[in-house]
Amino acid sequence: MRDFWNTALRDLGKIGVAYILITVGAWLVFMILIPQLIMFDYSLRPMLPLREIGGPKDVWTLKNYLVFFSNRLHMAIFFKTIWSSLIVTLTALAICYPIAFYLAKVARGTKVGLLMLGLIIPYWINELLRLFAWQIILADMGILNQLLIFLGIIADPINFRMGNGAVILGMTYAYILFMVFPIYNVMESLDRNQLDAARDLGSSWLRIHYKIVAPHAKPGIAVGCTMTFMLAAGTVAAPQLLGSPSSFWFTQVINTNFECANWNLGAAYATVLMLLCVIFMFIMLKLFKVGLKELTQ
Amino acid sequence: MGQDVELLDVSMRFGEFYAARDINVHIQAGEFFSFLGPSGCGKTTLLRLVSGFMDPSEGKIKIGGKDMRGIGSNIRPTAMIFQNLALFPLMTVENNIGFGLEVRGMPKAKQKKKVEELIELVDLHGTGDRMVSELSGGQMQRVAIARALAVNPAVLLLDEPLSALDLRLRSHMRAELRNIQRRTGVTFIYITHDQTEALTMSDRVGVMSIGKLEQVATPEVIYNNPETIFVASFVGESNIIQGDIISIDGDYALLKTTSGSFFCKNPQHMSPGETATIFIRPETVFLAKEPNADNVLTCSTKNLSFEGSYAVVTLTTEQGQLLTMRLNNDGTVPRIEEGENIKVRFSRENAFLLKNGDSSIA
Amino acid sequence: MKSSKSIFRIVTGLYLALFFAYMFLPLIFMTIIAFNANDIPQITPWKGFTLMWFGELAKDEQMWSALWNSFIVAFSVVAISVPIGLGGALLLTRLQFKARNFVYGVLVSPILTPGIILGISTFLFWDSYMNIPGGLWTAILGQSTFISTYCMLLIMSRAQRFDLTQEEAAFDLGATHRQVFWKITLPFLRPALISSMALAFMQSFDNYNTTLFAIGVEQTLPIYIGTKLRSFISPAMNALAVVFIVLTIIGAIVYEYRRRREMIKAGVKIAPEPAA
Repeated sequence: MRDFWNTALRDLGKIGVAYILITVGAWLVFMILIPQLIMFDYSLRPMLPLREIGGPKDVWTLKNYLVFFSNRLHMAIFFKTIWSSLIVTLTALAICYPIAFYLAKVARGTKVGLLMLGLIIPYWINELLRLFAWQIILADMGILNQLLIFLGIIADPINFRMGNGAVILGMTYAYILFMVFPIYNVMESLDRNQLDAARDLGSSWLRIHYKIVAPHAKPGIAVGCTMTFMLAAGTVAAPQLLGSPSSFWFTQVINTNFECANWNLGAAYATVLMLLCVIFMFIMLKLFKVGLKELTQ
Repeated sequence: MGQDVELLDVSMRFGEFYAARDINVHIQAGEFFSFLGPSGCGKTTLLRLVSGFMDPSEGKIKIGGKDMRGIGSNIRPTAMIFQNLALFPLMTVENNIGFGLEVRGMPKAKQKKKVEELIELVDLHGTGDRMVSELSGGQMQRVAIARALAVNPAVLLLDEPLSALDLRLRSHMRAELRNIQRRTGVTFIYITHDQTEALTMSDRVGVMSIGKLEQVATPEVIYNNPETIFVASFVGESNIIQGDIISIDGDYALLKTTSGSFFCKNPQHMSPGETATIFIRPETVFLAKEPNADNVLTCSTKNLSFEGSYAVVTLTTEQGQLLTMRLNNDGTVPRIEEGENIKVRFSRENAFLLKNGDSSIA
Repeated sequence: MKSSKSIFRIVTGLYLALFFAYMFLPLIFMTIIAFNANDIPQITPWKGFTLMWFGELAKDEQMWSALWNSFIVAFSVVAISVPIGLGGALLLTRLQFKARNFVYGVLVSPILTPGIILGISTFLFWDSYMNIPGGLWTAILGQSTFISTYCMLLIMSRAQRFDLTQEEAAFDLGATHRQVFWKITLPFLRPALISSMALAFMQSFDNYNTTLFAIGVEQTLPIYIGTKLRSFISPAMNALAVVFIVLTIIGAIVYEYRRRREMIKAGVKIAPEPAA
């Protein structure tokens, strides 16, 4: 232990060590740990009017969680959210895998730079505005409906916002970058010669992907899926803009709780959401046998 | 000018592992001293101890008579030349050399003058405002040297600085380093695994095996009078014959081996009955012309390798003992055929009896 | 075999075209609509070319105030996150201790946590326990919690390539810790510091999820947009989108231009020098 401090002071000096301890300490304690604990604490307390806080009724209880688990509507929303987020994740994966592969292995030189730029530029525009674009497209009088009517495929406009379709579509659009880049990064490190060799030995492309590319890209896929799922399950913007009452998202439930000033209930629901994400992440890690370290973007 | 460096009972321990153990040496002021040894023997550790990057687990290090414990590397009167040179890539040659002066707050004008002097000293004329990444290997070396000398160190520490250079450059740089040392009078502590470097450049050499200092002496003594098996086998080539000591006669001993009994010097003052090894340098093995000479062996010639100014002859005795002989091409040596039986001899003055140690024979 | 290769090419090309159409068409539509004199943001019916939506946007006081808040928050977040990120990067790359992986995990956790949870927890902590009501300050802190992580990761990837013997050499030549840091370490880390400043700014400016829950009644630009879009849709929002798009394109061009210039400069350096 002493050795650690001695080397630290020798390498970084007194001010250096102090700087590190203060910044990381403040960050760790005041921004990461304590707020989380407080939220957790809130979730365990009943909602009380101001004057009763600290009084005899202010005890730790699981009541808030019980409210959640007994509320059928909310449970339904919760599972629907999970289900829809999974769809978003898989759709994004299906779309992005070929793109990532193309960028990493097939395209050459300047093309890669341009394509990357083409990927990144939309993301510099605010997420909400991009979702708004889809809102316009999918509106009753929107472009898509008008096109379909014009082509004679349908007679009356379709209400795209009924059900989850619009939300899912919007989310996929919003989070594609988070799926492409991790997979692209990993694929880049795959030695092109392996592919050429496999081709040379007569393997079909399908096989090549199944046996060589996909296994190599596992960490990237895991990261991409984790991020996409968590973004999808945990976002408020897309459901707010593209959703309808029938596609209520779990995060919106949380939001409602807060808008009604029932912070305790909201905190409980938020904790549930967080547990969901943590569990999902662990499932992903186990499934793909990846460590926590592979998360540098 | 240069100061002296003392290592007193210095040991360096990392957990259970001793990188250096009981090192005792007094390096004189203004001396060119080399630590010679194989990779991993602890010489870099010693250098880092002297320079102040760590304090020894046991023992004392004194520079100029002052105990250096607890004194950081930026305060000690030492400067180091790293194996990878560690030049500052984002700075020009001038800024690199002047770095030590700048952090001491020397006024710019004085800095510039000193830097120019050093550039001339190491023969880097005209490269002042180039980035160090644009220089050749030899030039970068010289920047490192100039940078270290700029702070007027009492002791200059060099960590195998020439190992990355090609042969031709290496011999040139050896001479240059020696020159610079003579001119500035700074104490040089040089570490290397190349014995030619150590022997040609140094006033004295300290030979190290794993963590231990085996012998400290001038190059001639190291070569001609090795004190331990490790030194004898690491430095130069040797013939080795093992046997048991029969008797002692003053400074000499008589060793009985499977190939006969031989007289040799006994520097470690061993006693009869002990098992020991004789070391003989190949160039001190001669053809036996006189009938009653010391230490004669009858051998058959296995191989003769003519290398221009000398020839290397490999011999075996009847009992299987291998010997190497090195003959100068001075016209007096008769032609020897492979397979021929000849008699060779060596003088007792050139044969050294050394203890069988547990250090590995290089 | 030739035909299968060209089929492959056609399929790939088609896929790419579709993909980028998917990415860009919505934006193109947005832009067109911003100039349509139609009250309802649509392409048809086209009621004439107009700039009035831009005017309406410019007159929106709320928008300007939200924009101002966004800048305040973003600059503050940069001022907080980059130093913290630097501290974290130094901790994890320079110090060896047993709990290192664990600490790394904890410090990375903010980017793995849904934004709303960061917003909620920050809000609850400062509003209830520290008596600072939800507002710009809580938004700044909530955002900094995870933006610091991004900064830390960025700086770490650069710091890991740092040759520590340079610092040793600097020490050896007599520099103090402070001098070593300012003259050797910091210049090396500078590119990473600058890009983490840019990243922090952009992430903060753009953030919605965390800010929504942490900011109470105040507004940053994304919050404003969100509120506007949920209540009364007007093509003024399209005008705003066009502003964003134009700025982005300008930014992209500047970025490409500078990148090309850097590459040319590096290319010139690689030309061989005569060895002395």
